[in-house]
Amino acid sequence: MEKKLSRLLIHTLSILPALWIGWQIWLWYSFLPHELSANPIEYITDFTGNWTIRFLLLTLSITPLVKLTKWRLLKYRRAIGLYAFLYGLLHFLNYMMLDYFFNWSLIIEDVLKRPAITFGMAGFAMLVILAITSFKFTKIKLGKNWTKLHQLIYILAISVTVHNYMMVKADVLIPLIHATILSILLLYRLYLNWSKRRERAKRQLA
Amino acid sequence: MLIKIKNSWDLSEKDVTSEEDFFSRRDFVKAAGIMGVGSAVNLMTPALAGAYQAETPPSGKYNGSDIKDEQTVLSAITSYNNFYEFGIEKDDPSKNAHSLVTKPWNITVDGHCENPGEYAVEDLVNFNALEERIYRMRCVEAWSMVIPWVGVSLSQVIEKLKPSLSARYIYFETLEDVEQMPGQARNIIQWPYREGLRMDEAMHPLSIMAVGLYGRTLENQNGAPLRLVVPWKYGFKGVKSIVKISFVEEKPNTSWMRLAPQEYGFFANVNPAVSHPRWSQASERRIGDFRRRKTLMFNGYGEMVAGLYDGMDLRRNY
Repeated sequence: MEKKLSRLLIHTLSILPALWIGWQIWLWYSFLPHELSANPIEYITDFTGNWTIRFLLLTLSITPLVKLTKWRLLKYRRAIGLYAFLYGLLHFLNYMMLDYFFNWSLIIEDVLKRPAITFGMAGFAMLVILAITSFKFTKIKLGKNWTKLHQLIYILAISVTVHNYMMVKADVLIPLIHATILSILLLYRLYLNWSKRRERAKRQLA
Repeated sequence: MLIKIKNSWDLSEKDVTSEEDFFSRRDFVKAAGIMGVGSAVNLMTPALAGAYQAETPPSGKYNGSDIKDEQTVLSAITSYNNFYEFGIEKDDPSKNAHSLVTKPWNITVDGHCENPGEYAVEDLVNFNALEERIYRMRCVEAWSMVIPWVGVSLSQVIEKLKPSLSARYIYFETLEDVEQMPGQARNIIQWPYREGLRMDEAMHPLSIMAVGLYGRTLENQNGAPLRLVVPWKYGFKGVKSIVKISFVEEKPNTSWMRLAPQEYGFFANVNPAVSHPRWSQASERRIGDFRRRKTLMFNGYGEMVAGLYDGMDLRRNY
């Protein structure tokens, strides 16, 4: 019961930003007052991009939280990761459809010539790979390789944070906050790795 | 205070769509599945009510009458602004700019000129010679608007100040006062905001000092009480809430050049062929439109201004 409740709570909270932006887009489409500013497509870009990074950082926070607090959160990690994919997908679709309206020559030029877009696209490609291999049966099928494959999330998160930093014109505060949190989460992994190795070395000595 | 010069293409009050028509038309647009707020909203803009004199502008002066594009709705012009002095978000200036006190307002003039000193806005701008100029405005962030400015030619202001021959550039500064401009509490840009033009650019008839738009006095978030408008350059050249004008020999080191010299140059002419290192400048989104449109060389003013840059490599002098 308690487990069901917390699952419901996590899903409700995670879907809220998507519902809100969907509602605002509907208002915009209906010529009603909306919160998307005079340049709605730019607003949607920022909104969906920021939520993608937030969910990626949340996904990466699960392991440290489990280790430090002993909360049993691991079972929610896949769902949270898939929400990162959902917001990434919305961000991508907004770029392809609303922003560039399938103007392939401009899109290809953007991806090839502008490193900021290259990092973003690379990040999204990795996110797609992780999302389609997130099912239970692919996990079983891939076995040990699954864990290796899903370590892509580290590269993905770095790529996406670099994209975020490069897209900002002057005020890099928010990308820097994202980068700081990401660094802490990655450093924690290095620490885990290092302490594991030390343990092993000790055991071998004994 | 503002003198509206009525032009042949101006609509008058009787042309304004009735509210009833306006809404049914809007339903039609909606039913047709057309996105964007374009035409219907624009008709709502009253034909610039207020007293105006039936004085026609001297012939041969450019006033934007060739721009068939729709004017951007006033609410967008006053709510979607880059004016970091009031915050970084687009809607921050409209929320925070009320703290700016624009009366009284003094402008310090110095450098190579015969008439340096302290000027009130009314001393620099001849309010009996105000004109409406409908200009495209292209932001370096790849969005654009069409704005009916009210102002005077910058050359009129400069002639009053009588620069000497050693003045090769004109330099402008925005107010620096964190009490009135809360965004200055953070050092996103080295305050005050600095901009400049080469003298021939400044004297070009297209360059104006604006004190209003849509027939009204400028809102604070649009750079009240006095701002620069140079329509063939990216919007950031249009320095707002000016408190200082200097006539200088050396090319001024402007704010965006200081911040990222590899990305923003002194000239900042709109140029679809020279991309910003991080995004393309080939296309833009007109605020209110759904689809992007091609960006025009010199923002469509090439015929009038290209001569200023004869023999210059615009790839290097971006």
